[in-house]
Amino acid sequence: MRYAMVIDTLKCVGCSDCVVACQTENDVPIGYCRDWITETVDGTYPNIVLELKSERCNHCDNAPCVRCCPTGASHIVDGGIVLVTPNECIGCGACIQSCPYDARYQHPEGYVDKCTFCHHRLEKGQLPACVSVCPTKCMYFGDLDNPNSEVSKLLKNRKWKTLAPEAGTKPNVYYLI
Amino acid sequence: MQEELFTSGRNIPHIDPSLEIWHWPISVYLFLGGLAAGLLLFAGLVTILGKEKEYPTPVKYASIITPIALSLGLLALVYDLTHPLYTWQLYTTIRLESPMSWGAWVLLVTTPLSYLWVFSYFSEIFPKRNLKFNFLKNFEKFLKKNRKNMAYALIPLSIILGVYTGVLLSAFNARPLWNNAILGPLFLASGLSTGAATIILLSKTAKEKYLFSKIDLALIIIELGLIVHMIMGMYAGSQVQLDAMNLLIGGEFTLMFFGFVIILGLIVPGILELLEIKGYKVPVAIPAILILIGGLIFRFVIVEAGQLTRYLY
Repeated sequence: MRYAMVIDTLKCVGCSDCVVACQTENDVPIGYCRDWITETVDGTYPNIVLELKSERCNHCDNAPCVRCCPTGASHIVDGGIVLVTPNECIGCGACIQSCPYDARYQHPEGYVDKCTFCHHRLEKGQLPACVSVCPTKCMYFGDLDNPNSEVSKLLKNRKWKTLAPEAGTKPNVYYLI
Repeated sequence: MQEELFTSGRNIPHIDPSLEIWHWPISVYLFLGGLAAGLLLFAGLVTILGKEKEYPTPVKYASIITPIALSLGLLALVYDLTHPLYTWQLYTTIRLESPMSWGAWVLLVTTPLSYLWVFSYFSEIFPKRNLKFNFLKNFEKFLKKNRKNMAYALIPLSIILGVYTGVLLSAFNARPLWNNAILGPLFLASGLSTGAATIILLSKTAKEKYLFSKIDLALIIIELGLIVHMIMGMYAGSQVQLDAMNLLIGGEFTLMFFGFVIILGLIVPGILELLEIKGYKVPVAIPAILILIGGLIFRFVIVEAGQLTRYLY
């Protein structure tokens, strides 16, 4: 089992529904967010290309945050999901310093928090909150080890990219371009 | 031209618009840790070479500073944790891949050892004071007998401690300025240099000042060489590393880095120490204090500038 998220940047309209769904589902404190939308404009008018992306923790195969955690609070569970155990986290900030995606933040209660791919929903057989609410259905979630899953097929048939692959983290959030 | 912005209004405290998770306590700790590593290494070396009588400052008077520096450094570290009540979790596991885990364990051993070291010199540092209890006297005697053993333990521990202050930063591949292998040896050299400077400051004999000025001069030259290597290596690196170097060279940290760290913190004290070794009368406190201030500013520059460098956004 290897969970991955595939996001179609050609279908995303940047509505921020995924952001709000995550904040509601996971009780994210006000002012914080586990996912966010970026708008990238390339070129100068009139020759411009616009790209909208919903970004979050990439649940990297080679996760630097897990490597540098001094207590083992950051760990990888079945399916390659990177999680933080609040009661093992001392709030040293090493994982925040090590994340090339700046996907982690210090929860006001002190421990470090981030996207969990909605691990608690996956256990019940549901999709992550962000994926389930997307109005343009531009987000896909599934198992890369299964060649017949929707995400495997999309990555086989479409052009895609990952964020900052040069950081060597082997991210598991893919963007169709 | 490329422009990227957060349309969902991301503004997470301490992370946006620029990362500032680590504040002044970390820089202060890195300085104090390096200083303690330097003092411990010199104390250990002098003891193993059997030169305590000739060079009493590194083993006796300067070693009073070590436990104070380590304790203040530890306090600073815990002060910067946001979940400090769970600090004990550090000692429930050994994580070889995490430099911070290494540091936590090394500090757990080194800090008590530095206290024991000073205690073994208690009667010599305070000749007029008597230890009230017999068991304390016996304990001091026991420590005195085992000084050489402590020294053998202190040498590897102090080197790990000194290197760790740099490797702590260089292990983060997401901060391009930190992510270079030279930072470990560079911080070790800088820490040893601040240790030697402290010994020069506290020393009362000309012989000792002469020796440690020589050691310090060598360390300054090594440090300058390592800084040149760091700059060259970064300039031969990827775009993110070039951007990181531009912060130090021609960016907002240029004055701090070149003015205060390299010129006032290394070159000027180096020249003054060279003059002193050549026999000119130089008040040795001046280069020693310049080195200590330069070492502290160096930590601040690297910690602050490193957090401005990132891969995305």
